[in-house]
Amino acid sequence: MPAPYRIEMLGLRKAFGATVALDGVDLCVPPGVVHALIGENGAGKSTLMKVLSGVQRPDAGRMLLDGDPYAPSGPLEARRRGVVMIYQELALAPHLSVAENILLGIEPASRGWIRRRKLEEQAREALAALGHGEIRLHAPVSGLSVGAQQLVELARALVLDARVVVLDEPTSSLAAADLSRLFEVIRRLRERGVSVIYISHFLEEVEQIADRFTVLRDGRSAGGGLIGEADRSRIVEMMIGRQISEMFPRLPHPTGEPVLELADLAAPGVRSASLVLRRGEIFGVAGLIGAGRSEMLRAVFGLLPVRRGWVKVATVAGPGSPAERLAQGVGLLSEDRKGEGLAQSLSLADNLTLSNLKPYLRHGWLDRSAQSRAALDWVEKISIKAPGPRVPVFSLSGGNQQKVALARLLHHDCDVLLLDEPTRGIDVASKAQIYELIGKLAQTGKAILFVSSYLPELLGVCDTIAVMCRGRLGEKAPAGEWTEHAIMTAATGAREAAR
Amino acid sequence: MKNSPLSTRFRIPASFGSLLGLAVVFLLFSLWAGPPFYSRYNQVTMLTQSVIVAAGALGMTLIIIAGGIDLSVGSMIALSTVVIARALLAGAPPTWAALAGVAVGGVCGALNGFLVTRLGLVPFIITLGTLLIFRGAATGLSGEQKIDAPITWLNEMLTKFPSPSWTLVAVGVWLTVLLAIAVAVVLRNTVLGRHAFAIGSNEATARLCGVRVERVKLYIYTIGGLLTGFAGLMQFSRLTVGDPTAAKGMELDIIASVVIGGGSLSGGRGSVAGSLAGALLMTIIRSGLSMKGVPNWVQDVLTGVIIVGAVTLDRLRRESGGSE
Repeated sequence: MPAPYRIEMLGLRKAFGATVALDGVDLCVPPGVVHALIGENGAGKSTLMKVLSGVQRPDAGRMLLDGDPYAPSGPLEARRRGVVMIYQELALAPHLSVAENILLGIEPASRGWIRRRKLEEQAREALAALGHGEIRLHAPVSGLSVGAQQLVELARALVLDARVVVLDEPTSSLAAADLSRLFEVIRRLRERGVSVIYISHFLEEVEQIADRFTVLRDGRSAGGGLIGEADRSRIVEMMIGRQISEMFPRLPHPTGEPVLELADLAAPGVRSASLVLRRGEIFGVAGLIGAGRSEMLRAVFGLLPVRRGWVKVATVAGPGSPAERLAQGVGLLSEDRKGEGLAQSLSLADNLTLSNLKPYLRHGWLDRSAQSRAALDWVEKISIKAPGPRVPVFSLSGGNQQKVALARLLHHDCDVLLLDEPTRGIDVASKAQIYELIGKLAQTGKAILFVSSYLPELLGVCDTIAVMCRGRLGEKAPAGEWTEHAIMTAATGAREAAR
Repeated sequence: MKNSPLSTRFRIPASFGSLLGLAVVFLLFSLWAGPPFYSRYNQVTMLTQSVIVAAGALGMTLIIIAGGIDLSVGSMIALSTVVIARALLAGAPPTWAALAGVAVGGVCGALNGFLVTRLGLVPFIITLGTLLIFRGAATGLSGEQKIDAPITWLNEMLTKFPSPSWTLVAVGVWLTVLLAIAVAVVLRNTVLGRHAFAIGSNEATARLCGVRVERVKLYIYTIGGLLTGFAGLMQFSRLTVGDPTAAKGMELDIIASVVIGGGSLSGGRGSVAGSLAGALLMTIIRSGLSMKGVPNWVQDVLTGVIIVGAVTLDRLRRESGGSE
């Protein structure tokens, strides 16, 4: 008798040091089913998928593939057994052709010589099976759109007769047309009896494509069932583990005079952005990855050249270098905490005071104890969990690192805060603290430009929201007038297309 | 539906820019320096002079495509000349001495590949170390002096007056051409070649797809070493002695040839035709300039400008063309 499930993951546990990433997770998917895995960043989704694809081994628990024990020694064995991961960052060799990428590692060859005809034939078959025979086999993949590159990866899964395909946030960088094309391909996979695990936190997408769902939170299954029977706000509450109102406390804060104005700003990746940000305002910027949101912040902060239009800070108009912007009281929180936001090997105190060391200089020498005391002050004020001011930043959790980065802007006494994905990759408790902190800052008259890809937080925290699409920033409207649906429609340009 | 429209069949090859540059520079010098420059004699001379760097660039092309670098090739060439001279002195037949010179390059390359894959350090550091190790080994093996070897036909491999005269250029030039064709075919039509491209393009992906990354790198460095050993044989042929100080700094000329020829130091790009054009280009510039009596220091400055200019042009061309 065949096993009822294609893949069964039972009681999986995985800990990294003191952090428990998976705490007894069960996930079972029958053949020909699209199963959505929903959860916030840090909920354990990616660890679970790394265990499934053999990148990491579980500390406890077991897996069955079509009823047989399944414990892959590495990604290669997982692939051989028919478990294929499609990562968020596409894993293609940009210089090789489409056909070569599809068959990379399993090229048809005799005695080391590649059999080109066979190679092309197999690649063509795989693309045709996806319904996309029009993709040119000889083109280097670097020249394809992101959507087409994703199809190449899916074709790679097909030539191996995949039994389980995992898609990790597959739509985070797709245009609307590519989205429907991807869904069509997923349906074809399902018809062929492939089990698809679909990771996302866009609930609308999940409702469109998935049959069943599981919500992960803090390494545990927080609930699941049939998509058709689930209520969306119930799913959101499963994700965040509390009532929505508790997560986003609303503090009353009046808005004042304009402190930052952009007029028809153009920069690399930004076609046109105009906005007025007032004292005490929390202004959300929504949009897809690659829409130009980060670029807009970076152009304001002087990290990208301004090609047209102008930036006005308080009453001063004109371009500025990052140092000048900081002097004007404008601070940027980078979306890339590891690579750019923090100097990972420097201490908490050094990172926190890096942009403004003047108060700790005595005759040109750095007064380290004064620096440490000041850092400790902030550690207490915004409850950073750290053993001391001199610990290197990399030893802190993601949430605490982010608080250090934020504290640097506050230590610098910035009045205008440009926050780029401030809650990316941090735990739910830290998120709630950061939301609360943003609210308090607005109360004290700071102006905040808040870029995020996570719609519930934008809707929950911001006063006003505007949506960026393909380099253009749309009109802002009060947060209460937006819905997730309206934002996604604007972000994917669906409205533009309908016109 | 046919799978390949015309545009892909006739795609401009990566080496196009450097070949065009080569033609333009040759024309410019022909106009400037006149018949002494474009005479058959000078053409043969320039071809022959390019052989050592060109042979080295063949190996370097493989290594750079796979995302690596080998700084030790100059030292390998010196070691190879010393080994050949010692072998001839010891009474070995010329063929065996030549093979020993090539083989020692292969051993050095294999050592580089072994260290790169086993120690997990970047190849820049590893080969910076072996640059000194191989140079030291060459100096030690030669007893810290040049080794005069008995005269054999090996000294004739780079002659400007080959006999019989219908062969046009020396046997060393022809061998380099044959090796170049072989390397180009390996790169294009074998699993090893395509895996070298894949590793240089995106190593993590190659590993994920089951490419045996370590093994491929070991092979690539070894083949690169064999080709460098052949460059050492050519160097010996020119010098007619085993010289532990030979080819100092030549690794830079070799790397420059590959880069001028469209190779990318971050891997995934490069071509045999381009690298050969790069090697020829550098010889032509040097030859043309010295023919016009331009002082050495100006030649150095100009060569430097041309390297930076060529790579910048190549990048601009690729960016304006959008995708490759």
